[in-house]
Amino acid sequence: MKSNLKVFLKGILDVSPLMIPVVPFGLIFGVLAIDVGFSPLETMGMSLIVFGGASQIVLLQLFSGGASSLVIISSVGAVNSRHLLYGAVVSEHLSDLRLIWKIIISYFLIDQAYAISNEYLKKNKDKNRYFHLVGAGATCWVIWQSTTFLGIILGAAIPEKLGLSFAVPLTFLALLVNDFRKLINVIVIIVSGLVATVGYNYIPFKAYAIVAGLTGLLVAMILTKMVKTNE
Amino acid sequence: MSNWALIIYCGLITYLTRFSMIALIKKEMFNDRVRQVLSYVPSAIFPAIIFPAIFLDSSGSILIEDNPKILAALIATLIGIFSRSIIATIFSGLASYWFLIFVV
Repeated sequence: MKSNLKVFLKGILDVSPLMIPVVPFGLIFGVLAIDVGFSPLETMGMSLIVFGGASQIVLLQLFSGGASSLVIISSVGAVNSRHLLYGAVVSEHLSDLRLIWKIIISYFLIDQAYAISNEYLKKNKDKNRYFHLVGAGATCWVIWQSTTFLGIILGAAIPEKLGLSFAVPLTFLALLVNDFRKLINVIVIIVSGLVATVGYNYIPFKAYAIVAGLTGLLVAMILTKMVKTNE
Repeated sequence: MSNWALIIYCGLITYLTRFSMIALIKKEMFNDRVRQVLSYVPSAIFPAIIFPAIFLDSSGSILIEDNPKILAALIATLIGIFSRSIIATIFSGLASYWFLIFVV
């Protein structure tokens, strides 16, 4: 069995390549949060408390559009619901962990960390294997906090003319790169996007993100069912 | 609600999703059908952020003509399809946007 430190370092090493896109994401978040009207302290607090790129950007986007707190919080919940799927996969590797470790690890469990650690956990059955997840998560944490901080500082220096807010849709677009080639996904993407765009002004409480998301899922349910009956 | 309360609630819901992932959810709880549908959550929810940010102007009206964001997003999508790279998608989109507003 490798030492705890070795497994921890392996986690850092394995996750490092995935940190390259996190750098611009963190910078953009820091810049935009200030732009939307959060104080530097609140912006830093968001990265420390929420520690999740998609959650934080959704928060900003809806906040700047004037959505109510309830709508913002439920939209953040909707964005996070995608994680439930991974839970079914990761939880079996961590089932013998003490509760206190589950409480700690949950904070670090962001996409990049479990994507990489899931591979390690599958192959490795040592008792201290979860140090890999802690190493990967801690690396993401350091990168996310430092780039947020840099974004806050740079924010004042970046002219509004640059239109950096356009980086928000681009970042989310980039998270879908693997779905562009699948027909059902493309249909779901277009339906949800149209509902959100057309409904932006008509759906009450700025709940367009939730309505569009649910419509998209409904379309996915119908289409996958149809494909199955045709087989 | 104050900004801090909003931040704390959003943090709480994010944390609880993650905690329930590893502490409460078991593989047996989802059948194949539920897992299949859940795999479409990103495709269903992210466009709700993407599309309005591209097609609506600052006042919330739909803007199709004279909107460089549409072409820039299309270029980014194409680059994304071929490269499958997150970073190439973001930077090609930003670069073409800047090219369209500053050079063209």
